[in-house]
Amino acid sequence: METAKPIVRVQNLHKYFGRLHVLRDISFEVYPREVVCLIGRSGSGKSTLLRCINFLEEPTAGTVEVNGVVVHAKERGSDRDERVRKIRTSAGMVFQEFNLFPHMSVIDNIIEAPVGVKGMPRDQAIAIGEKFLAKVGLMEKRNEYPARLSGGQKQRVAIARALTMEPKVMLFDEPTSALDPELIGEVLNVMNELAHEGTTMMVVTHEMGFAREAANRIIFIDGGGFAEEGPPEQFFTSPKDPRTRQFLQRLLSGEEGRGKRK
Amino acid sequence: MSVVAMAPPHDEMAEGEVRQTAQQQFRFVAWTAAVWVGILAVIVAFLSFIHLDLSFMLKWLPFIAEGIATTLFVSVASILLACVIALIGALGRLSRNPVFFGPATFYISIIRGTPLILQIFIWYLALPQVKIPGLFPEGIVLEGTLAGILALAVCYGAYMTETFRGGIQSISKGQTEAALALGMTRSQTMRRVILPQALRIVIPPVGNDFIAMTKDSSLVYFMGVWEILFRANKIGRQYFRNFETLVIAALFYWIMQIVLQYVQSKIETRLGRGDR
Repeated sequence: METAKPIVRVQNLHKYFGRLHVLRDISFEVYPREVVCLIGRSGSGKSTLLRCINFLEEPTAGTVEVNGVVVHAKERGSDRDERVRKIRTSAGMVFQEFNLFPHMSVIDNIIEAPVGVKGMPRDQAIAIGEKFLAKVGLMEKRNEYPARLSGGQKQRVAIARALTMEPKVMLFDEPTSALDPELIGEVLNVMNELAHEGTTMMVVTHEMGFAREAANRIIFIDGGGFAEEGPPEQFFTSPKDPRTRQFLQRLLSGEEGRGKRK
Repeated sequence: MSVVAMAPPHDEMAEGEVRQTAQQQFRFVAWTAAVWVGILAVIVAFLSFIHLDLSFMLKWLPFIAEGIATTLFVSVASILLACVIALIGALGRLSRNPVFFGPATFYISIIRGTPLILQIFIWYLALPQVKIPGLFPEGIVLEGTLAGILALAVCYGAYMTETFRGGIQSISKGQTEAALALGMTRSQTMRRVILPQALRIVIPPVGNDFIAMTKDSSLVYFMGVWEILFRANKIGRQYFRNFETLVIAALFYWIMQIVLQYVQSKIETRLGRGDR
């Protein structure tokens, strides 16, 4: 795995919100077919890190590379904007709040970017979109509007929408945190399936069960830096960092994690 | 939206209670109607007391009625142009670039800071003074209807800029982020995702502006545009029967408002049904 070219490479990334130093000198790589789970307390910077990868947040310093496209934090200009857009088309993102376009039907949500951004012919976009819609089990909702879907269904459509762009990596930003507990399972099932099929994924989550089962690697973020990084067995059974131990202990006593909302 | 539509369902209420409130409601409406009829009767009595010439009114009614089309034409043309201006203004108003933000805020400030009638005078009376060699050697002389439409559109555009801005800003940040994350450009995001949602939100307030505009359009009468008020004034002065012709004009405006308000409420209930 290590010999392959990484899909995501982040180098010396810093992020400030005003005076607040939320990400401190972060460097890591994600390789093809890897599933990386980012976990940590609320406010630890894990979502910000994910959003820096596709530049929904502007990194203050450092370099982000996705699928061979490199963008430095300090760069400006239209050439940079183009590269940022390239990164965004090869990194699909799924949000906590789904963010489907309410004025478009499910299928129109899905084909909007392939047609408008990639210039894909409509028929082809529909074919690919339907393939993924079937994959998330919502083919019968093809012509519905988002307002008529449950939260879990919305999130599955959002996943299909991101997949239809045929990205190199999927970024999940707390994809189940806004869902009613009984709807979390259907979304996690879809994500599990993707993971097993070898989709490269970065997942910010509080779902430890998912992290344990699906992740190749778990990164525990605390205070804007990586406190611990390793395969799930090691992370959950023999954590080295005291902060990780404390976090897991709290988790077991139910203070942190499951069902927690932003 | 009406209060009735927003009231909670009456499921838990006893049958008798429902009938009671329905009855009270009916009585209230009936009494209100009766009071209206009373007021109208007083007005009619007053008008007959001052010997309003009915046959004169009937004779000139069609002539004044012809102005309705002009009034509506001026209003529709102005509101359409105002929408275009308001959209551009709102984008400028939301821009972080001073080159766009500055003119937008200046425009809003100066237009909202001066009376509409003064602006109409500027378009019609002051602009002819502006002589541009080669382009307008005789000064910028605008035909009355055109000047009127421009004046109304530029004025309403300033007020509607803030409406449009509010509509655009009311769309959640998540929508922009989702569009950008899919690789859409800023302008694609605006055109395909934000504006279609924002326009839906501004339709009711723009409808209100349109209704107000049909009345304000009477201000263009002074430029010789043959709309309702101009015609009423012309005949009224000619025969010194101003009361008669103004009553006709008032009735026309009034009926137009009632019809337009009805249409407006229909549109609003349709939009209120949510996303199809």
